[in-house]
Amino acid sequence: MIVAEQKPIQEIIEEIRGDHSVLILGCNECVTVCEAGGKKEVAVLASALRMHFMQQGEQKQIEERTLERQCDQEYLEELRDDIDRYDSVLSLACGAGIQFTAEKYHATPVYPGVNTKFIGVTEERGYWTERCQACGQCVLAQTGGICPVSRCAKRLFNGPCGGSTQGKCEINPELDCAWQLIIDRLKSLNQLEAYEVLAPIKDWSTDRDGGPRNVVREDVES
Amino acid sequence: MRLDYSPDIKVIRVPCTGKVDVIHILHALEKGADGVYLVGCLEGDCHFLHGNLLAKKRVQRARAILESIGMEGDRVRMYNLSSGEAPQFAQYAREMDERIRELGPNPIKPGLSSAA
Ligand code: SF4
Ligand code: SF4
Repeated sequence: MIVAEQKPIQEIIEEIRGDHSVLILGCNECVTVCEAGGKKEVAVLASALRMHFMQQGEQKQIEERTLERQCDQEYLEELRDDIDRYDSVLSLACGAGIQFTAEKYHATPVYPGVNTKFIGVTEERGYWTERCQACGQCVLAQTGGICPVSRCAKRLFNGPCGGSTQGKCEINPELDCAWQLIIDRLKSLNQLEAYEVLAPIKDWSTDRDGGPRNVVREDVES
Repeated sequence: MRLDYSPDIKVIRVPCTGKVDVIHILHALEKGADGVYLVGCLEGDCHFLHGNLLAKKRVQRARAILESIGMEGDRVRMYNLSSGEAPQFAQYAREMDERIRELGPNPIKPGLSSAA
C-alpha cells in the first residue's frame, strides 16, 4: 500500500487559514490502513481544527467526508453536487488522490493534509516500512524476493558494498543490509548460484528517470 | 459508602477504558466539557488484557492534539484504580476538579455560545 503520515496540525491550519468553509476529505483505502487519512483520522482532525478556530473566535464551517477512493473518477464524482459549498478541500488521501481531486474540481483549491511517504507494508500496527519504489522493471525474481532498489541505500544490483557490517547497512546500524537479506534468502531457497550471476546495468528509463509514466491497456479500456 | 466529589462531574460508564477513543475525548471537549478524564483499572489488571494501556496512549494523543491547537493538554487525564477503591475514585474526582478550576473554563465556550 501507499504509506502516508498526517502533516503537523500547524501546517494544516496555515493551509486553510483564509477559508471559511472547508471539507476534510478522507480516503477509504491505503491511508485508512496506515491510519493517516481514513474516516477516523478525518473526524479527529476536523474536531481539532474546529476547536482551534473556535478558540480564536473564528466561525469556520469544517465538514467531514470520506470517499471509497480519491484516485478513481467514479468516487470523486460523488462530490459533484456539494463541492461548490466549500472554499477549499483538505484531502487526507495520498498524493495521487489529492491531485486527482484537484484535477476534477478545477475551481476549488485542494490542499494536502498528509505527507505521502512510500509504497510499503505494515510490519506491526504503528510501524510501516518501505518495500518498492515502482522502478517499472521488477527484479525480485533474481534477488530472492528482496528489492535492492527500495531497500539498499545505494540501490546496488551487485551488492553488498563494503559498508555492510554484521548484516546491517552502513547508513544506519538499525537497518538491515538488503544484500545480506538477499544472500540469506537465496541460501534458504537453494539458489545461491543466482548470486553469482552479474546483474546487467539496469534500464532506468522505466523508473521515474524516464519522465512521468502511464499504463495503457486497450483490452480493458471502455 | 457516601463520598463527596463535585456535582459538576458527569460519569459516563464504558465496559473498559479501552473502548474510549481519541475522538470521544475531543467530541466531549468540542461540546463544551472543561476537561475529560478516564478512570481505568490498575495497569496489569485489565479484564480485557490491555484496554487501560490503550486508553493511556489515547489520552496522551488527545493531550498532544490539544497542545498542538493551543489548548491545555492537562484538560485530559488518565487515572487508574482497582474496583474496590471508592475513596480513591472520589479523591481523583476532587483532584481533577481542582486542576480544571485552575485552568478555567474550556476556551472554546465563547465560540460555542455564539454558534448556537
Ligand atoms: S525491483 Fe522495482 S518494481 Fe520490484 S519491488 Fe523493487 S522497486 Fe518495486
Ligand atoms: S550496506 Fe547493504 S544496504 Fe547498505 S548500502 Fe551497502 S549494500 Fe546497500
